[in-house]
Amino acid sequence: MLEIKNLVVQIEDKRILNGLNLTVNKGEVAAIMGPNGSGKSTLSYVIAGKEDYEVLDGEILLNGENLLEMEPDQRAAAGVFLAFQYPLEIPGVASMTFLKATLNAQRKARGEEELTTPDFIKRVNAAAQQLEIPKDMLKRALNVGFSGGEKKRMEILQMALLQPSFCILDETDSGLDIDALRIVSEGVNALRSPDRAFLVITHYQRLLNHIVPDTVHVMHSGRIVRSGGKELALELEANGYADYRDSEAA
Amino acid sequence: MADVTLMKTPAETALAQAFESAKTLLPGNVESRAQAFEKFTARGLPHRRVEEFKYTDLRAAFREVAPFAGVPTAEEAKAALAGAKTLAGIEALQVPFVNGHFMREAVDFRALPENLEIVPLREALANDHEWLAHLSPVPWAAENPVYQLNTSFMADGVMIRVAGPVEVPVHLRFVTAAETAVATATRVLVVVEEGASVTLLETHESTDGAGHQPNDVVELIAGDRTNVQHVRVNAEGGKTLALSTLAARIGAEAVFNSINVVAGAATSRHQVFALLNGENTNLRVNGVTMLKGLQHADSTLVVEHNALHCESRELFKTVIDDEATGVFQGKIIVPHHAQKTDGRMMSAAILLGEGGTMNNKPELEIFADDVQCAHGATCGQLDDDLLFYLMARGLPRKEAESLLIQAFLGEALEFVENETAREALIGTVEGWLRARS
Amino acid sequence: MPAVQETIDQVRSIDVDQYKYGFETEVEMEKAPKGLSEDVIRFISAKKGEPEWMLQWRLDAYKRWLTMTEPAWARVSYDKIDYNDIYYYAAPKKNPAPKSLDEVDPEILKTYEKLGIPLREQEILAGVEPQSRVAVDAVFDSVSVATTFKEELKKAGVIFMPISEAVREYPDLVRQYLGTVVPVTDNFFATLNSAVFTDGSFVYIPPGVRCPMELSTYFRINEKNTGQFERTLIIADKGSYVSYLEGCTAPRRDENQLHAAVVELIALDDAEIKYSTVQNWYPGDSQGRGGIYNFVTKRGDCRGRNSVITWTQVETGSAITWKYPSCILRGDNSRGEFYSIAVSNGMQQVDSGTKMIHLGKNTTSRIISKGIAAGRSENTYRGLVSAHRKATGARNFTNCDSLLIGNECGAHTVPYIESKNASAVFEHEATTSKISEDQMFYCQQRGLSEEEAVALIVNGFVKDVLQQLPMEFAVEAQKLISISLEGSVG
Ligand SMILES: Nc1ncnc2c1ncn2[C@@H]1O[C@H](COP(=O)(O)OP(=O)(O)OP(=O)(O)O)[C@@H](O)[C@H]1O
Ligand SMILES: [Mg+2]
Repeated sequence: MLEIKNLVVQIEDKRILNGLNLTVNKGEVAAIMGPNGSGKSTLSYVIAGKEDYEVLDGEILLNGENLLEMEPDQRAAAGVFLAFQYPLEIPGVASMTFLKATLNAQRKARGEEELTTPDFIKRVNAAAQQLEIPKDMLKRALNVGFSGGEKKRMEILQMALLQPSFCILDETDSGLDIDALRIVSEGVNALRSPDRAFLVITHYQRLLNHIVPDTVHVMHSGRIVRSGGKELALELEANGYADYRDSEAA
Repeated sequence: MADVTLMKTPAETALAQAFESAKTLLPGNVESRAQAFEKFTARGLPHRRVEEFKYTDLRAAFREVAPFAGVPTAEEAKAALAGAKTLAGIEALQVPFVNGHFMREAVDFRALPENLEIVPLREALANDHEWLAHLSPVPWAAENPVYQLNTSFMADGVMIRVAGPVEVPVHLRFVTAAETAVATATRVLVVVEEGASVTLLETHESTDGAGHQPNDVVELIAGDRTNVQHVRVNAEGGKTLALSTLAARIGAEAVFNSINVVAGAATSRHQVFALLNGENTNLRVNGVTMLKGLQHADSTLVVEHNALHCESRELFKTVIDDEATGVFQGKIIVPHHAQKTDGRMMSAAILLGEGGTMNNKPELEIFADDVQCAHGATCGQLDDDLLFYLMARGLPRKEAESLLIQAFLGEALEFVENETAREALIGTVEGWLRARS
Repeated sequence: MPAVQETIDQVRSIDVDQYKYGFETEVEMEKAPKGLSEDVIRFISAKKGEPEWMLQWRLDAYKRWLTMTEPAWARVSYDKIDYNDIYYYAAPKKNPAPKSLDEVDPEILKTYEKLGIPLREQEILAGVEPQSRVAVDAVFDSVSVATTFKEELKKAGVIFMPISEAVREYPDLVRQYLGTVVPVTDNFFATLNSAVFTDGSFVYIPPGVRCPMELSTYFRINEKNTGQFERTLIIADKGSYVSYLEGCTAPRRDENQLHAAVVELIALDDAEIKYSTVQNWYPGDSQGRGGIYNFVTKRGDCRGRNSVITWTQVETGSAITWKYPSCILRGDNSRGEFYSIAVSNGMQQVDSGTKMIHLGKNTTSRIISKGIAAGRSENTYRGLVSAHRKATGARNFTNCDSLLIGNECGAHTVPYIESKNASAVFEHEATTSKISEDQMFYCQQRGLSEEEAVALIVNGFVKDVLQQLPMEFAVEAQKLISISLEGSVG
């Protein structure tokens, strides 16, 4: 589904990704772990198409299509969804308004019909209920004054509504309390399907207890330095990244 | 000349006469003075229909012009300086002025601190000193009538060069001790060279009974990576009409921090013209103004961001008792090329008495799109709930008020880096509060 | 290329020429001789069949005007206006005072149809739910061509008619209030208006009446080289309520046209007036050719206790806007509000804001101003808040935000805040910023196109003000803002 080959990325003359290779198959849940500053968020931004990042080399293919040539909204329509590590606040724009605008924009891009308002509201309410998001929160301006955990839940709500095919969760677990972690994970698990793949960026095993990954990749200094099954995460939890720091020195 | 067609006020006529008789006696190039005076004459004393002087009408304030002060005798000077108390507790290099004249004998030129050079302005003007080229570091300041008057009449001052870090603060102490009203015009130029740093203390005091008319200009050219701390106190006598200007041009990656504390004068106007001319520079201009009776104090501020990535912060606090009037006019200018500017300006005033007035005019003038600029202005009374809380804890009203006022003004004093100076300023605030109760 | 940069380039590349209302109507017009003189004023007054006092009032204003000079303090620049190169009166030749819609020139009816202004009551009744009916006074150049729902309003005791008619039919009411809020001598443009005003609306709401529908006036400048000088006078008597809307458009032309209106509002005890404007005069083209000079004096007098006046404006048109809808808060406990969105693009110049003059006790005011500058435009907020000695307990809150799109425009804020009363509490905050790249990316990541994203964020930016408009108008205004920023907005 997603194929990244030899990706080299810099920002303001600083190299962040150094020939990164990664493949995620349909139906797969891949976890990425790695020390702070190793380039995980950068990778997610580059997949989603944030400007500022200069791609010097390599390619990113989604179902064979070259993502790098697309605008961020085209990528979204193609199925890429990024749950931000730090979701943005948009003053004055009610969450409901925002959700409707995005959903219909994507439907339009895919040649589908726009949703009627009752239809839309039904869907939002269902998703909100599952994620235990109170209705009045949806009336407030998007993310403005939301707590860290509320913002993260709002990200997952959007994911549930937009039904993307490739989902990136950048540290969605940070800022969540124990119950919220379970709720969010259930939300994610409900979306797991043979046609959908996930890239889950996290620092902690506790998220992976809920969202059990098929594969685990270790990222270091802008590269995937090791890949394995879900047991790799447990190993990291026990040993940290010390081994990899050595490899960097070498 | 154009002035034949203009109606002049008596003060304007007196100024013209004063300039005619003084211009050849004043040191230096007559031509540049005459040019400045001509510019001044073209518009005359600014009045309330001149936008920048809307709230401070100098035509009304200058009923008459005091004669320019002569050089004091040695005894007079000694007595005057002995009586000067403002920021006296701070160990500093004293650069004293009495009646607008630099007291050179008070400075030991052979034992100046490292990295510091001082040249008397009279001498510099007379000898056409090369540093004179640095005068007027902010080009648009020359359009200001108060500045023009200073350029026309400046009789004395000093030029200071800071070549590296100077540890001991430099205290510019201005004392006017004449028994009858006098006018003074001084100019101080401070050139801080790349990487250098200095703390400038500037105090103004005068006898209480006479309506003196000082017009003082301090100009600063601060190079790249400099750090200049400036603390100014207006402790002028109760009848004084005090005009002053700080014109500063700052280089890249520099820090300039200036505060003006107004505790004196009948009418005062302090103008700050700052030009941020290099990238990544930090400017802070604060003001603390305490007014009572019929006092009138005007803080006027223009900050131009002329380079990328600069940050400016302005915080002005005014407390107005009785029937006094406070004025704040601040303007942040951001031209097209000054992207990433971060500018924030705040003026807050508390009216204590029934008859006070506060006029706020915070302006933004912005042409660059990638900037963050904001200003705020508030005006009101002390918080009733807090007053009640303090009084319920047993504080009498005045004391409770004092406590809240101190906290209010304290926010602007916090940024004074020199600890002794900060303590002294807090003392000034306490003194003012004691005098009111 | 960063998203915002692209937007900027797009804004740069477009003309302002998507002005949709730039068409011209072919109607034969009758005009006063070009230029301004006592004779022209007599001509106008005679055309309107005015009583002698009205003519005298105009002539006094004219004499006064001759001694005045054009104000120069606003941040706008334009070539000198030749006041003798303007027609001060232009009216359709065929039946300038139609009694019913059937007598109105069909070309003019078509014009309003094209502009989407309903003039036929039965159509309105058929199409829309009763509570959203709007009574319209349609002013075409110098005359009112149609006023709808007059009869029904009359039943409620509401007077809604062209001011020229009111001068004849209700001379006492007009005489009692005209010029009491904006005196004849107020300022250069207001004095000019007093001398030459041609039409506009008159509204009187009797005590205790809640006006049964929205009232609106639609101004259209059509004829070349004419100025429009309308005069609106609204009086809300004790305990009454009225919501009034005003819209304006003009054809696209290469030369500038002058519009100098005066609006006076008077709210007596416990009365409330909501005055909303969607101003969409022709803004000129991207090179700054043509466009309306909009020099307008609007002022409301909260004369009675507990009275309320709210100004809401959406300003997208005009080459130059010079406009400060103000409130004089005279009655104790009265309230003034000002909500404004000013969008400028191309070479437009906007200098607009408000004055809140607190005279009475416990008066409150609120100012929310949102300026959006794009293209090579200049957008200035200028405002005054003042509390006089006796305005004990006065309160003001001001929030004034500016957004710059592109690097060739300017956004400026010039507030004057003057307090002479210790118990007055004034709070003012202002910011200037741009649309953040991060917000843009976030929206695009969720699938919105760049234009949709800008539109969404801009909408969020202006939302506080749009909310103040009556529903139908809000939708209209939202569209208008999008069109004005086309290229940067979808
Ligand atoms: N705009 C930028 N300018 C300069 N450096 C940047 C920028 N964005 C990211 N970096 C740097 O790139 C490196 C990778 O950052 P990134 O956010 O991708 O790390 P991360 O693996 O997600 O870290 P964390 O686990 O803390 O979230 C860091 O050193 C960071 O400081
Ligand atoms: Mg990260």
